[in-house]
Amino acid sequence: MSTAAYDVVIVGAGIVGAACADEFTRRGMRVLVLDRDFVGSGATAAGMGHIVVMDDSEAQFALTRYSQQLWKSLRPQLPDDCEYEQCGTIWVAADEEELEEVRRKHAYYSQRGVPVTVLDPQALRQLEPNLRDGLSGGLLVEEDIVLYPPCAARFLMERARKCGAQIRLGVTVTHLGQGFVRLSDGAEITAGIVVNAAGAWAAELTGGIEVKKRKGHLVITDRYAGFLRHQLLELGYLKSAHSVASDSVAFNVQPRRTGQILIGSSRQYGAEHREVDQQILRRMLRRAQEYVPGLGALSAVRTWTGFRATTPDKLPLIGPSTGDKSLFLATGHEGLGITTSLATARILVDAITGAKPEILIEPYLPSRAAKESVHA
Amino acid sequence: MPDSNVNSVTLIVNGSPVNVLAGTTVAVAVAIAGRPCRTSVGGEPRGPLCGMGICFECRVSINGRSHCRSCQIVCEPGMEVKTDE
Repeated sequence: MSTAAYDVVIVGAGIVGAACADEFTRRGMRVLVLDRDFVGSGATAAGMGHIVVMDDSEAQFALTRYSQQLWKSLRPQLPDDCEYEQCGTIWVAADEEELEEVRRKHAYYSQRGVPVTVLDPQALRQLEPNLRDGLSGGLLVEEDIVLYPPCAARFLMERARKCGAQIRLGVTVTHLGQGFVRLSDGAEITAGIVVNAAGAWAAELTGGIEVKKRKGHLVITDRYAGFLRHQLLELGYLKSAHSVASDSVAFNVQPRRTGQILIGSSRQYGAEHREVDQQILRRMLRRAQEYVPGLGALSAVRTWTGFRATTPDKLPLIGPSTGDKSLFLATGHEGLGITTSLATARILVDAITGAKPEILIEPYLPSRAAKESVHA
Repeated sequence: MPDSNVNSVTLIVNGSPVNVLAGTTVAVAVAIAGRPCRTSVGGEPRGPLCGMGICFECRVSINGRSHCRSCQIVCEPGMEVKTDE
Protein backbone atom coordinates (compact mmCIF):
# COMPACT_ATOMS: atom_id res chain seq x y z
CA MET A 1 0.00 0.00 0.00
CA SER A 2 2.82 2.37 0.84
CA THR A 3 4.08 2.69 -2.74
CA ALA A 4 0.71 3.88 -4.04
CA ALA A 5 -0.06 7.59 -4.34
CA TYR A 6 -3.08 7.15 -2.09
CA ASP A 7 -4.31 4.54 0.34
CA VAL A 8 -7.81 4.95 -1.08
CA VAL A 9 -9.22 6.48 -4.25
CA ILE A 10 -13.00 6.90 -4.19
CA VAL A 11 -14.79 7.37 -7.50
CA GLY A 12 -18.02 9.28 -6.96
CA ALA A 13 -18.65 12.26 -4.69
CA GLY A 14 -22.28 11.58 -3.93
CA ILE A 15 -23.40 11.09 -0.39
CA VAL A 16 -22.04 7.53 -0.34
CA GLY A 17 -18.63 8.57 -1.66
CA ALA A 18 -18.59 11.50 0.75
CA ALA A 19 -19.46 9.29 3.71
CA CYS A 20 -16.71 6.85 2.68
CA ALA A 21 -14.18 9.68 2.32
CA ASP A 22 -15.08 10.89 5.78
CA GLU A 23 -14.82 7.42 7.31
CA PHE A 24 -11.53 6.41 5.65
CA THR A 25 -9.97 9.76 6.55
CA ARG A 26 -11.03 9.48 10.17
CA ARG A 27 -9.23 6.14 10.33
CA GLY A 28 -6.03 7.80 9.20
CA MET A 29 -5.92 6.81 5.55
CA ARG A 30 -4.75 8.99 2.66
CA VAL A 31 -7.84 9.56 0.52
CA LEU A 32 -8.53 11.02 -2.92
CA VAL A 33 -12.09 11.52 -4.18
CA LEU A 34 -12.84 11.91 -7.88
CA ASP A 35 -16.09 13.04 -9.49
CA ARG A 36 -16.89 14.12 -13.02
CA ASP A 37 -19.35 16.77 -11.78
CA PHE A 38 -19.52 18.17 -8.25
CA VAL A 39 -20.21 16.96 -4.72
CA GLY A 40 -23.72 15.50 -4.44
CA SER A 41 -24.55 16.03 -8.12
CA GLY A 42 -26.14 12.65 -8.93
CA ALA A 43 -28.88 10.81 -7.07
CA THR A 44 -27.90 12.79 -3.96
CA ALA A 45 -29.47 15.86 -5.57
CA ALA A 46 -32.56 13.93 -6.60
CA GLY A 47 -33.38 12.15 -3.35
CA MET A 48 -35.88 13.32 -0.78
CA GLY A 49 -33.46 13.03 2.12
CA HIS A 50 -35.87 10.81 4.00
CA ILE A 51 -33.86 8.98 6.67
CA VAL A 52 -36.22 6.06 7.02
CA VAL A 53 -36.13 2.66 8.71
CA MET A 54 -37.37 0.08 6.20
CA ASP A 55 -38.59 -3.47 6.65
CA ASP A 56 -38.49 -5.13 3.24
CA SER A 57 -35.97 -7.64 4.60
CA GLU A 58 -33.97 -8.16 7.79
CA ALA A 59 -30.85 -7.01 5.97
CA GLN A 60 -32.57 -3.82 4.82
CA PHE A 61 -33.89 -3.19 8.31
CA ALA A 62 -30.47 -3.69 9.88
CA LEU A 63 -28.75 -1.30 7.47
CA THR A 64 -31.40 1.45 7.58
CA ARG A 65 -31.80 1.24 11.36
CA TYR A 66 -28.06 1.35 12.03
CA SER A 67 -27.60 4.21 9.60
CA GLN A 68 -30.46 6.22 11.06
CA GLN A 69 -28.78 5.91 14.46
CA LEU A 70 -25.54 7.18 12.91
CA TRP A 71 -27.38 10.19 11.47
CA LYS A 72 -28.85 10.90 14.90
CA SER A 73 -25.45 10.86 16.53
CA LEU A 74 -24.13 13.11 13.75
CA ARG A 75 -26.87 15.67 14.27
CA PRO A 76 -24.99 17.98 16.67
CA GLN A 77 -22.26 18.42 14.05
CA LEU A 78 -24.56 18.97 11.05
CA PRO A 79 -24.69 22.58 9.88
CA ASP A 80 -28.04 24.35 9.76
CA ASP A 81 -28.26 24.12 5.96
CA CYS A 82 -28.69 20.34 6.25
CA GLU A 83 -32.24 21.13 7.46
CA TYR A 84 -32.34 18.12 9.79
CA GLU A 85 -35.90 17.59 11.05
CA GLN A 86 -37.27 14.61 12.93
CA CYS A 87 -40.72 14.97 11.40
CA GLY A 88 -41.53 11.25 11.44
CA THR A 89 -43.10 9.14 8.72
CA ILE A 90 -46.75 8.26 8.31
CA TRP A 91 -47.48 5.19 6.20
CA VAL A 92 -51.02 5.85 4.99
CA ALA A 93 -53.51 3.01 4.60
CA ALA A 94 -56.21 3.56 1.99
CA ASP A 95 -58.18 0.36 2.58
CA GLU A 96 -58.59 -2.65 4.84
CA GLU A 97 -55.83 -4.62 3.12
CA GLU A 98 -53.37 -1.81 3.73
CA LEU A 99 -54.57 -1.52 7.33
CA GLU A 100 -53.56 -5.14 7.73
CA GLU A 101 -50.10 -4.09 6.54
CA VAL A 102 -50.13 -1.31 9.17
CA ARG A 103 -50.67 -3.93 11.87
CA ARG A 104 -47.93 -6.15 10.48
CA LYS A 105 -45.50 -3.25 10.30
CA HIS A 106 -46.47 -2.17 13.80
CA ALA A 107 -45.60 -5.60 15.16
CA TYR A 108 -42.37 -5.79 13.15
CA TYR A 109 -41.05 -2.40 14.25
CA SER A 110 -42.23 -2.76 17.85
CA GLN A 111 -40.45 -6.09 18.24
CA ARG A 112 -37.24 -4.43 17.11
CA GLY A 113 -37.49 -1.40 19.36
CA VAL A 114 -38.56 1.19 16.78
CA PRO A 115 -41.22 3.51 18.27
CA VAL A 116 -44.41 3.29 16.16
CA THR A 117 -48.05 4.21 16.68
CA VAL A 118 -51.10 2.92 14.84
CA LEU A 119 -53.36 5.79 13.77
CA ASP A 120 -57.11 5.44 13.31
CA PRO A 121 -58.78 7.70 10.73
CA GLN A 122 -59.50 10.39 13.32
CA ALA A 123 -55.93 10.44 14.61
CA LEU A 124 -54.64 10.55 11.03
CA ARG A 125 -56.89 13.50 10.24
CA GLN A 126 -55.75 15.31 13.33
CA LEU A 127 -52.07 14.89 12.45
CA GLU A 128 -52.52 15.67 8.75
CA PRO A 129 -55.69 17.68 8.05
CA ASN A 130 -54.86 17.99 4.36
CA LEU A 131 -55.12 14.25 3.71
CA ARG A 132 -58.39 13.33 2.04
CA ASP A 133 -61.41 11.92 3.87
CA GLY A 134 -62.09 8.22 3.90
CA LEU A 135 -58.60 6.86 4.54
CA SER A 136 -58.41 3.77 6.74
CA GLY A 137 -55.60 4.86 9.04
CA GLY A 138 -51.84 4.79 9.16
CA LEU A 139 -48.66 4.00 10.98
CA LEU A 140 -46.62 6.79 12.53
CA VAL A 141 -42.88 6.04 12.70
CA GLU A 142 -41.86 8.78 15.07
CA GLU A 143 -38.09 8.84 14.75
CA ASP A 144 -37.74 9.03 10.98
CA ILE A 145 -35.91 12.13 9.81
CA VAL A 146 -35.82 14.45 6.83
CA LEU A 147 -32.70 16.32 5.79
CA TYR A 148 -31.30 18.13 2.74
CA PRO A 149 -28.92 15.65 1.07
CA PRO A 150 -26.67 17.93 -1.03
CA CYS A 151 -25.65 19.92 2.03
CA ALA A 152 -25.20 16.75 4.10
CA ALA A 153 -22.90 15.36 1.39
CA ARG A 154 -21.00 18.64 1.28
CA PHE A 155 -20.60 18.59 5.06
CA LEU A 156 -19.17 15.04 5.01
CA MET A 157 -16.80 15.88 2.17
CA GLU A 158 -15.69 19.11 3.82
CA ARG A 159 -15.00 17.28 7.07
CA ALA A 160 -12.93 14.72 5.17
CA ARG A 161 -11.05 17.49 3.38
CA LYS A 162 -10.19 19.23 6.64
CA CYS A 163 -8.70 15.94 7.85
CA GLY A 164 -6.51 15.67 4.76
CA ALA A 165 -8.66 14.07 2.05
CA GLN A 166 -8.12 15.45 -1.44
CA ILE A 167 -10.93 16.06 -3.87
CA ARG A 168 -10.78 16.49 -7.62
CA LEU A 169 -13.99 17.47 -9.34
CA GLY A 170 -14.72 17.70 -13.04
CA VAL A 171 -12.55 14.69 -13.89
CA THR A 172 -13.81 11.65 -15.75
CA VAL A 173 -12.59 8.20 -14.76
CA THR A 174 -12.26 5.76 -17.66
CA HIS A 175 -10.84 2.80 -15.73
CA LEU A 176 -10.75 1.70 -12.14
CA GLY A 177 -9.30 -1.40 -10.49
CA GLN A 178 -6.05 -3.36 -10.32
CA GLY A 179 -4.70 -0.76 -7.94
CA PHE A 180 -5.19 2.34 -10.05
CA VAL A 181 -7.64 4.63 -11.78
CA ARG A 182 -7.17 6.16 -15.21
CA LEU A 183 -8.62 9.54 -16.12
CA SER A 184 -9.90 10.59 -19.52
CA ASP A 185 -6.70 12.58 -20.15
CA GLY A 186 -4.71 9.35 -19.73
CA ALA A 187 -3.30 10.17 -16.30
CA GLU A 188 -3.09 7.22 -13.92
CA ILE A 189 -3.35 7.42 -10.14
CA THR A 190 -2.23 4.48 -8.03
CA ALA A 191 -4.10 3.43 -4.92
CA GLY A 192 -4.01 0.62 -2.39
CA ILE A 193 -7.77 0.48 -2.59
CA VAL A 194 -10.19 1.80 -5.18
CA VAL A 195 -13.83 2.30 -4.19
CA ASN A 196 -16.49 2.43 -6.88
CA ALA A 197 -19.11 4.76 -5.44
CA ALA A 198 -20.39 5.92 -8.81
CA GLY A 199 -24.05 5.20 -8.04
CA ALA A 200 -26.17 4.53 -11.11
CA TRP A 201 -23.04 4.69 -13.30
CA ALA A 202 -21.08 2.12 -11.26
CA ALA A 203 -21.66 -0.69 -13.77
CA GLU A 204 -20.09 1.39 -16.54
CA LEU A 205 -16.82 1.34 -14.60
CA THR A 206 -16.96 -2.17 -13.15
CA GLY A 207 -18.09 -4.90 -15.51
CA GLY A 208 -20.23 -7.76 -14.32
CA ILE A 209 -22.10 -5.99 -11.52
CA GLU A 210 -25.85 -5.79 -11.69
CA VAL A 211 -26.56 -2.11 -11.09
CA LYS A 212 -29.14 -0.46 -13.29
CA LYS A 213 -30.44 3.09 -13.56
CA ARG A 214 -33.91 3.72 -12.29
CA LYS A 215 -35.17 7.17 -13.11
CA GLY A 216 -37.20 9.24 -10.68
CA HIS A 217 -39.00 12.59 -10.76
CA LEU A 218 -39.40 15.19 -8.03
CA VAL A 219 -41.50 18.34 -7.80
CA ILE A 220 -41.09 21.05 -5.18
CA THR A 221 -43.66 23.70 -4.37
CA ASP A 222 -43.47 27.21 -3.10
CA ARG A 223 -43.55 27.70 0.68
CA TYR A 224 -46.78 26.74 2.42
CA ALA A 225 -45.84 26.51 6.08
CA GLY A 226 -47.84 23.93 8.02
CA PHE A 227 -49.57 22.42 5.00
CA LEU A 228 -48.07 19.01 5.88
CA ARG A 229 -46.19 17.93 9.01
CA HIS A 230 -44.84 14.43 8.36
CA GLN A 231 -43.30 12.53 5.51
CA LEU A 232 -46.32 10.78 4.02
CA LEU A 233 -46.23 7.59 1.97
CA GLU A 234 -48.93 5.31 0.70
CA LEU A 235 -48.66 1.72 1.81
CA GLY A 236 -49.33 0.78 -1.77
CA TYR A 237 -45.83 2.25 -2.22
CA LEU A 238 -44.42 -1.14 -1.36
CA LYS A 239 -46.37 -2.75 -4.15
CA SER A 240 -45.60 -0.10 -6.77
CA ALA A 241 -42.02 0.73 -5.77
CA HIS A 242 -40.97 -2.85 -6.11
CA SER A 243 -42.73 -3.90 -9.24
CA VAL A 244 -39.49 -4.53 -11.03
CA ALA A 245 -40.85 -4.72 -14.54
CA SER A 246 -42.89 -1.61 -15.23
CA ASP A 247 -42.91 2.13 -14.66
CA SER A 248 -44.70 3.14 -11.50
CA VAL A 249 -45.71 6.12 -9.39
CA ALA A 250 -46.51 6.35 -5.70
CA PHE A 251 -47.75 8.93 -3.23
CA ASN A 252 -44.68 10.09 -1.33
CA VAL A 253 -44.65 13.69 -0.12
CA GLN A 254 -42.64 15.59 2.42
CA PRO A 255 -42.74 18.93 4.22
CA ARG A 256 -39.43 20.80 4.03
CA ARG A 257 -38.30 23.05 6.84
CA THR A 258 -38.77 25.98 4.46
CA GLY A 259 -42.49 25.20 4.25
CA GLN A 260 -42.05 23.80 0.76
CA ILE A 261 -43.66 20.48 -0.15
CA LEU A 262 -41.45 17.95 -1.93
CA ILE A 263 -43.53 15.61 -4.07
CA GLY A 264 -42.50 12.14 -5.35
CA SER A 265 -42.23 9.52 -6.53
CA SER A 266 -41.80 7.80 -9.86
CA ARG A 267 -39.75 4.80 -10.94
CA GLN A 268 -38.74 4.04 -14.52
CA TYR A 269 -36.37 1.49 -15.99
CA GLY A 270 -34.64 1.93 -19.31
CA ALA A 271 -35.01 5.72 -19.27
CA GLU A 272 -31.54 7.09 -19.97
CA HIS A 273 -32.34 10.78 -20.45
CA ARG A 274 -32.61 13.39 -17.74
CA GLU A 275 -35.55 15.17 -19.37
CA VAL A 276 -38.78 15.45 -17.40
CA ASP A 277 -41.27 12.92 -18.73
CA GLN A 278 -44.59 14.77 -18.78
CA GLN A 279 -46.67 11.63 -18.88
CA ILE A 280 -45.23 10.02 -15.77
CA LEU A 281 -45.05 13.41 -14.06
CA ARG A 282 -48.78 13.82 -14.60
CA ARG A 283 -49.41 10.35 -13.18
CA MET A 284 -47.22 11.11 -10.17
CA LEU A 285 -48.98 14.39 -9.38
CA ARG A 286 -52.41 12.84 -9.90
CA ARG A 287 -51.48 10.10 -7.44
CA ALA A 288 -50.34 12.67 -4.88
CA GLN A 289 -53.58 14.62 -5.30
CA GLU A 290 -55.63 11.48 -4.71
CA TYR A 291 -54.23 11.55 -1.16
CA VAL A 292 -53.81 15.32 -0.66
CA PRO A 293 -56.41 17.05 -2.85
CA GLY A 294 -55.21 20.53 -1.82
CA LEU A 295 -51.87 19.96 -3.53
CA GLY A 296 -53.49 20.98 -6.80
CA ALA A 297 -53.89 24.56 -5.59
CA LEU A 298 -50.22 24.98 -4.69
CA SER A 299 -47.59 26.42 -7.02
CA ALA A 300 -44.73 24.18 -8.05
CA VAL A 301 -41.43 26.00 -8.48
CA ARG A 302 -39.22 23.23 -9.85
CA THR A 303 -39.37 19.76 -11.37
CA TRP A 304 -36.31 17.57 -11.87
CA THR A 305 -35.11 14.00 -12.26
CA GLY A 306 -32.36 11.67 -11.15
CA PHE A 307 -31.20 8.08 -11.38
CA ARG A 308 -31.25 5.55 -8.58
CA ALA A 309 -28.71 2.73 -8.62
CA THR A 310 -30.83 -0.41 -8.51
CA THR A 311 -29.84 -4.01 -7.81
CA PRO A 312 -31.95 -7.12 -8.49
CA ASP A 313 -32.42 -8.01 -4.80
CA LYS A 314 -32.93 -4.38 -3.65
CA LEU A 315 -29.89 -4.44 -1.41
CA PRO A 316 -26.75 -2.36 -2.01
CA LEU A 317 -23.36 -3.73 -3.01
CA ILE A 318 -20.91 -3.03 -0.17
CA GLY A 319 -17.49 -4.65 0.11
CA PRO A 320 -14.81 -6.29 -1.99
CA SER A 321 -15.54 -6.90 -5.64
CA THR A 322 -15.30 -10.42 -6.90
CA GLY A 323 -11.97 -11.02 -8.61
CA ASP A 324 -10.03 -7.80 -7.90
CA LYS A 325 -8.64 -7.55 -4.39
CA SER A 326 -7.95 -3.83 -4.65
CA LEU A 327 -11.45 -2.92 -5.81
CA PHE A 328 -14.35 -2.32 -3.42
CA LEU A 329 -17.94 -1.41 -4.20
CA ALA A 330 -20.26 1.02 -2.44
CA THR A 331 -23.20 1.38 -4.78
CA GLY A 332 -26.65 0.00 -5.61
CA HIS A 333 -28.47 1.88 -2.85
CA GLU A 334 -31.64 2.45 -4.92
CA GLY A 335 -33.93 4.89 -3.10
CA LEU A 336 -32.20 4.52 0.26
CA GLY A 337 -28.74 5.92 -0.37
CA ILE A 338 -29.17 9.00 1.78
CA THR A 339 -30.38 6.88 4.67
CA THR A 340 -27.78 4.14 4.33
CA SER A 341 -24.73 6.19 3.30
CA LEU A 342 -23.29 6.46 6.80
CA ALA A 343 -23.71 2.77 7.65
CA THR A 344 -22.33 1.81 4.24
CA ALA A 345 -19.15 3.76 4.92
CA ARG A 346 -18.88 2.41 8.44
CA ILE A 347 -19.16 -1.30 7.59
CA LEU A 348 -17.03 -0.96 4.46
CA VAL A 349 -14.17 0.62 6.37
CA ASP A 350 -14.64 -1.83 9.26
CA ALA A 351 -14.25 -4.69 6.78
CA ILE A 352 -11.12 -3.17 5.25
CA THR A 353 -9.44 -2.29 8.53
CA GLY A 354 -10.50 -5.47 10.27
CA ALA A 355 -12.51 -3.61 12.91
CA LYS A 356 -15.49 -5.38 14.45
CA PRO A 357 -18.60 -4.08 12.66
CA GLU A 358 -21.82 -3.08 14.43
CA ILE A 359 -23.82 -5.06 11.85
CA LEU A 360 -22.73 -7.90 9.59
CA ILE A 361 -21.61 -6.93 6.10
CA GLU A 362 -22.44 -10.34 4.58
CA PRO A 363 -25.93 -9.56 3.23
CA TYR A 364 -24.50 -6.67 1.18
CA LEU A 365 -21.33 -8.29 -0.16
CA PRO A 366 -21.04 -8.12 -3.94
CA SER A 367 -20.15 -11.84 -3.94
CA ARG A 368 -23.72 -12.76 -2.97
CA ALA A 369 -24.89 -12.24 -6.55
CA ALA A 370 -22.12 -14.46 -7.88
CA LYS A 371 -23.07 -17.16 -5.36
CA GLU A 372 -26.70 -16.98 -6.39
CA SER A 373 -25.87 -17.50 -10.03
CA VAL A 374 -23.76 -20.55 -9.18
CA HIS A 375 -26.75 -22.10 -7.43
CA ALA A 376 -29.27 -20.96 -10.02
CA MET B 1 -58.77 59.07 -14.14
CA PRO B 2 -62.26 57.55 -13.99
CA ASP B 3 -65.15 59.94 -13.44
CA SER B 4 -67.06 60.35 -10.19
CA ASN B 5 -69.78 57.74 -10.82
CA VAL B 6 -67.30 54.84 -10.98
CA ASN B 7 -67.92 52.32 -8.18
CA SER B 8 -65.51 51.91 -5.36
CA VAL B 9 -64.58 48.64 -3.69
CA THR B 10 -63.70 47.98 -0.06
CA LEU B 11 -61.41 45.11 0.78
CA ILE B 12 -59.49 44.10 3.91
CA VAL B 13 -55.70 44.34 4.00
CA ASN B 14 -54.14 42.89 7.14
CA GLY B 15 -57.42 43.37 9.02
CA SER B 16 -58.03 46.98 8.03
CA PRO B 17 -60.48 48.17 5.34
CA VAL B 18 -59.02 49.79 2.24
CA ASN B 19 -61.20 51.62 -0.26
CA VAL B 20 -60.14 51.64 -3.92
CA LEU B 21 -61.68 52.37 -7.31
CA ALA B 22 -63.20 49.36 -9.03
CA GLY B 23 -60.65 47.78 -11.32
CA THR B 24 -57.73 48.46 -9.03
CA THR B 25 -55.25 45.63 -8.58
CA VAL B 26 -54.53 44.16 -5.16
CA ALA B 27 -50.92 45.34 -5.45
CA VAL B 28 -52.16 48.93 -5.44
CA ALA B 29 -54.45 48.29 -2.47
CA VAL B 30 -51.48 46.88 -0.56
CA ALA B 31 -49.43 49.96 -1.48
CA ILE B 32 -52.26 52.22 -0.26
CA ALA B 33 -52.25 50.24 2.99
CA GLY B 34 -48.58 51.15 3.23
CA ARG B 35 -47.24 47.61 3.45
CA PRO B 36 -44.65 45.64 1.49
CA CYS B 37 -46.23 42.57 -0.09
CA ARG B 38 -43.90 40.05 1.46
CA THR B 39 -40.57 39.48 3.14
CA SER B 40 -37.88 37.61 1.27
CA VAL B 41 -36.10 34.55 2.69
CA GLY B 42 -33.24 36.91 3.49
CA GLY B 43 -35.59 39.20 5.46
CA GLU B 44 -35.95 42.04 2.94
CA PRO B 45 -39.26 43.77 2.16
CA ARG B 46 -40.59 43.03 -1.34
CA GLY B 47 -43.23 44.56 -3.57
CA PRO B 48 -44.30 44.65 -7.21
CA LEU B 49 -41.28 44.89 -9.51
CA CYS B 50 -42.41 43.86 -12.98
CA GLY B 51 -46.11 44.57 -12.59
CA MET B 52 -46.95 41.88 -15.12
CA GLY B 53 -46.94 38.60 -13.17
CA ILE B 54 -43.44 37.44 -14.02
CA CYS B 55 -41.26 38.33 -11.05
CA PHE B 56 -43.41 36.90 -8.23
CA GLU B 57 -42.22 39.65 -5.89
CA CYS B 58 -45.75 40.92 -5.19
CA ARG B 59 -47.13 37.71 -3.72
CA VAL B 60 -49.71 38.01 -0.93
CA SER B 61 -52.28 35.72 0.61
CA ILE B 62 -55.81 36.29 -0.71
CA ASN B 63 -58.80 34.68 1.01
CA GLY B 64 -56.48 32.19 2.69
CA ARG B 65 -54.61 31.21 -0.46
CA SER B 66 -50.87 31.85 -0.31
CA HIS B 67 -48.61 33.13 -3.07
CA CYS B 68 -51.19 35.05 -5.13
CA ARG B 69 -49.60 37.57 -7.47
CA SER B 70 -51.24 40.80 -6.34
CA CYS B 71 -50.34 42.73 -9.49
CA GLN B 72 -52.48 40.35 -11.57
CA ILE B 73 -55.59 40.26 -9.40
CA VAL B 74 -58.34 42.89 -9.34
CA CYS B 75 -59.79 43.90 -5.97
CA GLU B 76 -63.17 42.47 -5.05
CA PRO B 77 -65.51 43.60 -2.27
CA GLY B 78 -64.66 41.97 1.06
CA MET B 79 -61.49 40.33 -0.22
CA GLU B 80 -59.19 39.33 2.65
CA VAL B 81 -55.60 40.17 1.81
CA LYS B 82 -52.66 39.33 4.04
CA THR B 83 -49.12 40.45 3.39
CA ASP B 84 -45.96 38.94 4.69
CA GLU B 85 -47.00 35.29 4.69
